[in-house]
Amino acid sequence: MKKPALILAALIGLYSLQIAPALAVQPDEMLSNPKLEARARAIGKQLRCLVCQNESIDDSDADLAHDLRLLVRQRLLAGDTDAQVKQYLVDRYGDYVLLKPPFNADTLVLWLGPAGFFLLAVGGAVLFYRGRRAGGGEAAPVLSEDESKRAKALLDTDGEGDKA
Amino acid sequence: MRRIAFLPVVLFVVLAGFFGYRLLLIQRGDSPSFIPSVMVNKPAPDFQLPPVFAGTPGFSSAAFKGRVTLVNFFASWCIPCRSEHALLSGLKGQGFQLVGVDYKDKPEAVKAWLAREGNPYDVLVADENGQTGINFGVYGVPESYLIDKQGRIRFKQTGPFTPEAIEKDLLPKVAELNK
Amino acid sequence: MIPEIGHFALILALFVALVQAIIPLVGAARDDRPWMDVARTAAFAQLLLVGLAFGALVWVHVTSDFSVLNVVQNSHTDKPMLYKITGVWGNHEGSMLLWVFILALYGAALALFGRNLPPALRARALAVQAMISVGFLVFILFTSNPFARIDPAPMNGNGLNPLLQDPGLAFHPPFLYLGYVGFSMAFSFAIAALIEGRVDAAWARWVRPWTLAAWSFLTLGIAMGSWWAYYTLGWGGWWYWDPTENASFMPWLAGTALLHSAVVVEKRDTLKAWTILLAIFAFSLSLLGTFIVRSGIVTSVHSFASDPTRGVFILGLLVLAVGGSLTLFAVRAPSLKGGGLFAPISREGSLLLNNVLMSTACGTVLLGTLYPLFADVLNLGKVSVGAPFFNAVFIPLMIPLIATMALGPMLSWKRGDLGGALGRLKLAFVAVLLAGCAAWLLAGGSAKPLQAAGGIALAAWLFIGTLVEWAERVRLFRVPLAEALRRAIHLPRAAYGMSITHAGLAVVVVGITGSACWTSEKITMMHPGETVALAGYQMTLNGVEDGVKGPNYTAARAHFTARENGRVIAEMYPEKRLYTMPPRPTTDAAIHTNFISDLYAVIGDPDGKGGYVVRLYHNTLVPWIFLGAVIMVLGGVVSLTDRRHRVGAPARKATSIASV
Repeated sequence: MKKPALILAALIGLYSLQIAPALAVQPDEMLSNPKLEARARAIGKQLRCLVCQNESIDDSDADLAHDLRLLVRQRLLAGDTDAQVKQYLVDRYGDYVLLKPPFNADTLVLWLGPAGFFLLAVGGAVLFYRGRRAGGGEAAPVLSEDESKRAKALLDTDGEGDKA
Repeated sequence: MRRIAFLPVVLFVVLAGFFGYRLLLIQRGDSPSFIPSVMVNKPAPDFQLPPVFAGTPGFSSAAFKGRVTLVNFFASWCIPCRSEHALLSGLKGQGFQLVGVDYKDKPEAVKAWLAREGNPYDVLVADENGQTGINFGVYGVPESYLIDKQGRIRFKQTGPFTPEAIEKDLLPKVAELNK
Repeated sequence: MIPEIGHFALILALFVALVQAIIPLVGAARDDRPWMDVARTAAFAQLLLVGLAFGALVWVHVTSDFSVLNVVQNSHTDKPMLYKITGVWGNHEGSMLLWVFILALYGAALALFGRNLPPALRARALAVQAMISVGFLVFILFTSNPFARIDPAPMNGNGLNPLLQDPGLAFHPPFLYLGYVGFSMAFSFAIAALIEGRVDAAWARWVRPWTLAAWSFLTLGIAMGSWWAYYTLGWGGWWYWDPTENASFMPWLAGTALLHSAVVVEKRDTLKAWTILLAIFAFSLSLLGTFIVRSGIVTSVHSFASDPTRGVFILGLLVLAVGGSLTLFAVRAPSLKGGGLFAPISREGSLLLNNVLMSTACGTVLLGTLYPLFADVLNLGKVSVGAPFFNAVFIPLMIPLIATMALGPMLSWKRGDLGGALGRLKLAFVAVLLAGCAAWLLAGGSAKPLQAAGGIALAAWLFIGTLVEWAERVRLFRVPLAEALRRAIHLPRAAYGMSITHAGLAVVVVGITGSACWTSEKITMMHPGETVALAGYQMTLNGVEDGVKGPNYTAARAHFTARENGRVIAEMYPEKRLYTMPPRPTTDAAIHTNFISDLYAVIGDPDGKGGYVVRLYHNTLVPWIFLGAVIMVLGGVVSLTDRRHRVGAPARKATSIASV
């Protein structure tokens, strides 16, 4: 829907900031029940505006975002739970609509990645300390150099934390 | 242990491979903003829409039964729809009914547009608030859904049809569904 | 004529850079001093030539020379002069030229201030700088020539995206680039050290000021971008976890880790290979950011018009620079000998823990930013990784980091006394309890009392902990006041820098907590004369004046009066602007700050019946986010003025373990 504008921007080589300022949630969209409205806002922040680049429907002034905000409110008025509202959209648009992807086989690496990085980094540090201590005290005899080198090389591998 | 020092560069090469492959996909026309539909192979949503032209029939999802249907979401304000429109006109008698859904449009605007561009649709209905579009998983126009005789979505075209897409994707699917 | 001069200067600069990339390296290998010294002359020549090209581009923009395509695409005669100048880097070609200009600036600065460096190290570092320069100059000349002409020249240009016509965004790219490109210095030094096979305390001491400068610029650049988003996008958000933001945040995280690990190299002569790797990472992530933003491989809100050809080119540069340096690292790093030993509970241990958490955080941001791409390529389907994901995984990493930040500086080198340090932080514990309880009570009305209490307690811990550490250092209340004062004066600037920066982060944490927990908003339809209540204030819409003329826009300007208990505290004039060229709307929020909270007003569309959509926000503590960032930058600057960091000052010799 915003595609023509996008293509035009690309053609003329503009630095294209696809963010439209303000003017997302409109007063006439809002529910009179403040509790429900607060829930709608919270849900809106979790849902991706599909035609925008990376915005939630709560932040976007795109037409589709407006329709989706109305839909979220309709579902809430119909008595859906937050999870049901999100599922309603996932059924139609897929997991892509969720800004926080669900934990499943496809996102395993994403969700476990941070913990993996951490363990790797801690493991590297532990090996570093072990290698050094095995080498003895402050005098750092020749033998420990080799050991520490090994440990350090191991430690360095937690650099993959930044690359994987 | 020296080998571990090679890990960063190995991982970087893998990363660069991903980047290179992605760039290749972009060059082949696969944009990162394309979203595949999850509705394919699922029953089409229930809906009932009023006609654009008073006096002509509306359309409801019950009418999918027994016929292959192509549901084409379009709008008069949509620029890419124009190129597709001419192609759709050439699809009469290809073994499916063509249902046009005028998505979030003003009746006068679409009437004027059709008067100018021609009306290729067997049935033409209006989705004024875009609700049916959302139920189909529409995120931009044009989008088209091919629905089998049991009312199941079997194929989705995101963006305008091209002659190649019609030859390679649409018509073989239609033939298969008509078997 | 001027554009051709600029273009020609760029071509010359490329040849100079080629010379600078080769001759000094050969000279250093052969220990040939005159050949090494070519680097200095070449670095100055490069600055001159790239400066000339940059000046030429500024000139054609300032004079609105519409025979130049770049000017046509990004300028308009009606554009205010300020934005004619800043528009130079508001586009792909111009921003790349700014990038190489800053690269040349750093190179020349190294040539100028690096007189005390060993000639071979200096020659090699400058040669590496020149290699980067060659890459980018070739990129500009072959894919992104800013001086391309257009014939026939149109009467006027297309104008600049109005969102870029704003002081916050106009000046944020130069600072960002000063940061990104600044990390090239650490990178060049790292490569030079790998070629030499020698990393020692002196090396770390030479690298630190450059890294510190780059870090300070980058911090400021990120803060400016965030501030811009806050006041322009019209609803008080200040960080979106957009790939473009992440692209600037990753080098910041790596650079912060580098600053800390370089301390260990300097003081204790260990963690060398890791520090070299971090130096490579910090700059590699800057390059990666450039690639992400300009290649179109991930979807981002703000990116340059993507062009796959450019994407392929930058990927090539990335492979050469990052792949090459990591290969060199793999070959040479194992031979770097480690020095001093230390226990896990020690100053070094805490700095290492900082590195563990920082690199985990950096890896996490990288994974989250690129995961949609991985999933796409591996056919796992389309995935969105947005703010809710990052908040969920990033915040848990920052909590232990901040918790140890107060503790780390209290530990002594080699082997620290954790119990003793915790004992001395009694005051901080008290502060945590008090602040946490106060926040809990104040947040009673908010939906998130737990977050509020936690965030404020964490900030109190860091802030008071930092103060206690300073007090300990000057032995406040233990020695006579005069003696403590004398110690305070003689405390190294670097120590003050650290304390100020850590305290600044505490302020940022308060701001983030406030924005997450105490913000209130009112989105409603208002008619002139109406008053609405918001967080204890009364906001009156006096009226909306249509057709207010700006230099290149027309605006509807609203007039609000903010009152507190009937007393007028501010008159606010938010605008909704429509720019003439290109015809795009923007909102100009009106913000009234008392430095603790912001009243934030946005005017929206009229309903045609005399009413207007208005958005009013009370953003508690949000100014502290930006204030804190500025304090952090100030800490960096103070640290830079430490005479021991004075560029090139130290000679290469064994360094004693100072008390820092």
